[in-house]
Formats: sequence, C-alpha cells, structure tokens
Amino acid sequence: MDPKTWLRRINRNRVLFPLGALALLVIVASSLSPHFLTPMNIKNVLSQVSIIAILAAGEACVILTGGIDLSVGAVLAISGSVTAVLMKWAGVTIPLAVLGGLGVGALAGALNGLMVAWVRIPSFIATLAMMAVARGGTLVLTNGRPVSGFLRSFRAIAGYAGPLPLLFLITFGVYVLWQLALSHTRFGRYVYAVGGNETGTRFVGVNVRRVKLLVFILAGLCAAIGGIMLDARLNAAYPTAGEGYELDAIAAAVLGGVSLSGGVGSLVGTFFGALVMTVLGNILNLLKVGAFYQYIAKGLILAIAAISLSRGIKFAK
Amino acid sequence: MGGESGGRPWVEMRGIHKWFGGVHALKGVDFHVHRGEVVGLIGDNGAGKSTLIKILSGVFPPDKGEILVEGRRVRFRSPKDAKEHGIETVYQELALVDNLDVPANIFLGREPALVGGRGLFALLHKGRMLREARTLLERLKVNIGDLTSLAGELSGGQRQTVAIARALYTEPKLLIMDEPTAALAVQETRKVLDLVRKLKERDIGVVFISHTLQEVFAVADRIVILRKGEKVGDLPAAELAIDEAVKLMVGGEGT
Repeated sequence: MDPKTWLRRINRNRVLFPLGALALLVIVASSLSPHFLTPMNIKNVLSQVSIIAILAAGEACVILTGGIDLSVGAVLAISGSVTAVLMKWAGVTIPLAVLGGLGVGALAGALNGLMVAWVRIPSFIATLAMMAVARGGTLVLTNGRPVSGFLRSFRAIAGYAGPLPLLFLITFGVYVLWQLALSHTRFGRYVYAVGGNETGTRFVGVNVRRVKLLVFILAGLCAAIGGIMLDARLNAAYPTAGEGYELDAIAAAVLGGVSLSGGVGSLVGTFFGALVMTVLGNILNLLKVGAFYQYIAKGLILAIAAISLSRGIKFAK
Repeated sequence: MGGESGGRPWVEMRGIHKWFGGVHALKGVDFHVHRGEVVGLIGDNGAGKSTLIKILSGVFPPDKGEILVEGRRVRFRSPKDAKEHGIETVYQELALVDNLDVPANIFLGREPALVGGRGLFALLHKGRMLREARTLLERLKVNIGDLTSLAGELSGGQRQTVAIARALYTEPKLLIMDEPTAALAVQETRKVLDLVRKLKERDIGVVFISHTLQEVFAVADRIVILRKGEKVGDLPAAELAIDEAVKLMVGGEGT
C-alpha cells in the first residue's frame, strides 16, 4: 500500500485528532505537575478512564448507526443498584447478582431498540424516556439511599492484575472484541452502512431493525458493566451514580472522531477520546482547579473538538 | 439461450392493471423483453413508467394481469423474489452507501464469510470481496482506480458504475435501469451508455428509462411509449424518429 493511501486510511478513521490532543495534554500535564507521570497517578487515570470508556464504547456504536443513547448514565445506575441490592438484600451469589445487573442493562437497551426500530420513536426521545424511567427505578429500588459494603471478592473487580487495574483490563478486552466485531464482521459492516444510508441498506435486504436493536442492547450491556465496575470501585451503589455520564460518553465518542450524523468513526478513536476527557479532569484535579470550572473546561474542549473535526471532514473531501 | 429475439420473450407482462386509490395508474399494459435486448421505456411524468417497473422488480404486485418468466407464470412478493428470478434493478439515488468502500458496496447484504456462514457475526472475507469486485469491474471494462476508495469519494459516473456492477454480481437475466444518467455529466453519461451496450453483448436484457430521449434512442433496440397508463407505442428504435416519439408521449396536442 502506498503511503498516500495509508495516510488517507488513517485519516478516514479519524484517530489522529484525539491522539494528538492526548499527546498534547500529556506534555502539558507533565510539565505543569510533577505528580502527573507518577505510577500512582497513572493507575488512577487508568481506573477512571475504564468506566467512561466502557460507556463510550456502547454510545459510539449507537452513534455510528446514526442514533444517540441518552440513557447510558441512568442504565449504569439501575444495573449497579440491581447488582448491589441482589447481593446485599437478597443474598444472591456474586455471579448471579452480576448476571442480574447485566440482564437489566440488556433489557433497558432492548426496550430502547424496540422503541427506536419498531415504534420509530427518534432515539433522542426514546432514550430520554428510558433515562427518566431508569433513574426513577433506581431511586424506587434503593429508597434513594446508597447500598454499600460488599464482599471482598466482589471488590476485587476493582483490584489489580500486576501493575494494571483489573477495571482497565476488562474495558480493554471489551474494546478489542468490539473493534474486531465492527471492522471484521457482517454486523459491524451493517452498523456503518445503517449510519451512512439507512434506506439504501434496507433496500439491499439487510435487516436494519435487527442491527439497531442489537446496537442498543450492546449499549445497555456496556452501561451495566460500567455500573458493576463502579459498585466495586466505590464499594457502594449510589442512586445518583452515573449522573451526567451520558455527556462524558458522547463527548468521548465525538472527541474520538465519531460523527454524530452516523457512519464515521472508530472505537480506537473513542478510546483515546475517553482518555482525553479523563486526563483533562485529572490534570485539573492535580492543579486544584475547582469542580465547577472543570465542567466549563470539558465543555470548551468538546466544542473545539467538534469545530476542528467538522473542518477536517471538509478537507478530507 | 442466446439472442432469440424472434422467439418467446424472456420476460412478459400481460394486461397489467394498477390502481392507487381512485387513480387508474396502469390500464392493461403488455410489456416484454428478450434476452440481449435493450428496451427504452419512455413517457411523460405520471404515464406509469415507474409503476410498471416497480411491478416488474417486485416492489408491489399488479392488481390485475400476469407476469411470465421464460413462459412460466411467476408472482413477485418482494424485490427479493424478482432477484431470485434474475431481475435486478439499479435505482438512481438510493444506490450506494457513501461511507463504505467499493467492494463493501458491491457485496452489501451478501458478504462472503470466512467463518460463520450467513450469521450476523460471521467474519468477513475481505480479500475475496476485493478480488471479486476487481474481476467484476474489469469484466465490465470500467476503471474505478483505487477500489478502497469510499463511494462518497467517487464521481457520479463511477458511482453509477459501481451500482450497476453490484446489480450484475448475481448475473441477472434482466437489468432495469431507472434514470441511470439523471445526475451525470455528458462524459459520464456516455460511459454508462457504453456499459449498457456491453450488457447486451453478454445477453442480458435491459429496460432503460430516461427523460433524455437522445440517450434512449442511442442505446435502445426497441422503444415502448406509455401515456396515461396505456401503451401507445412499441416500435423498433430504427423505425421511430424522436419527434414522432414525442407526439406519442404527449398525445394529439404535440407539435
């Protein structure tokens, strides 16, 4: 393959932008704070990124089909709470409780998918409804109080395998599988095709509804994995867990080069996008910038990313 | 098989009627195509061309009348049925997915798999898709250049060629082309017309619909004219002049 084609391919995946942004952030961060590149802090960043990144993986997939999922934060909360309640109050074994949490996430995703693909409600509205229902369901289930104090063997999910956080390894594994599915299976191809030209894809006989349904189920599953990870990390399930996480997940995907109009972007990019969001928060913490300002900083970065990426598309054509 | 243009037609539509609510869109139209024959289908807007074509390609059934393929009665419940009988259609707009490359477009919905068969999570055989796409396009003697280009990066003519190649992959007996040149520049239009002539050489029947009568007359062996849901002309292209065709299309009041 000649270098020009190669460059165009890389550009097509749009990973250069988040990679560049991440490199820049790391350089700035390490010069501003001596604590940034310490092993302790790196481990911390890797743990933090895991939960945002796993949400972003599901979110990116939905966005690739041209939809959006606003419910991932709330689904994270209800799945995390279900797992917690099953373990603490119902005395269910850890594997079964985890399965219960994953099942709730998949169910929420399936309902989203049915509303979008069969009832034809725009995904923005369908998942907004799910967001409210799941958040309310979490509060009802837990009486609005945190459920805390899990067994050591459950908390081990947030432990370490050698120098690496287990959470990070789980997320990384999901990303590898997911990216392989997107670029090497029929399903992945249809995800991009639906995002690019839904009517045309239906016309050649692809079952577009099934693809959409699956994408929402996978997003729900990812949110559930995130919820269980957060339980283990905090040793508690808070009913307010994951509030605003849908924004972080969407931001990670967009920073990672996933186009909101569908069909363009990759999980590799999304992962770097999630890292950019996390490292940014980390630096601001190290520099003792208040949480209020952090929101503003994240918003600005997202706006800048969106502007430069949309320009990038024009140049690529 | 072969160009038996004198004998039985490959496909035949008899006495086709179609109503849309109170509108009688087709009023007993007969239509047939031989193998290796290019039939130009013309008519004013609302004459019933696309209705006839959609019935032939299985988009919807006729309310009355029958379709015969090689003399046997068939019933198309969906475009898939028509495809299984060897009838493929190239639509002007819907055709390609801009963010996928050329082989991905040609094989969309029927990707060959390395493992996993017809399942949704089957591993794609990308090498085979690229190879077969290249052979297919070479056989049509068209040059797309880099096949890993996304469809959105191609010119209008190249896109149309890819859409036609996709329709030809299943080796259809009849190709319906609905306004294939509507969005194309002159040079690109010529390439598509050349392609139509090559299909003829390969013994594929073609139904060619276009608003530009010059194009239709340049490629068609026979011209079928519809007006207000009725067939008002069916003549060899050589025996028909363009202004006569226009008269038939618009009825008595034409110049």
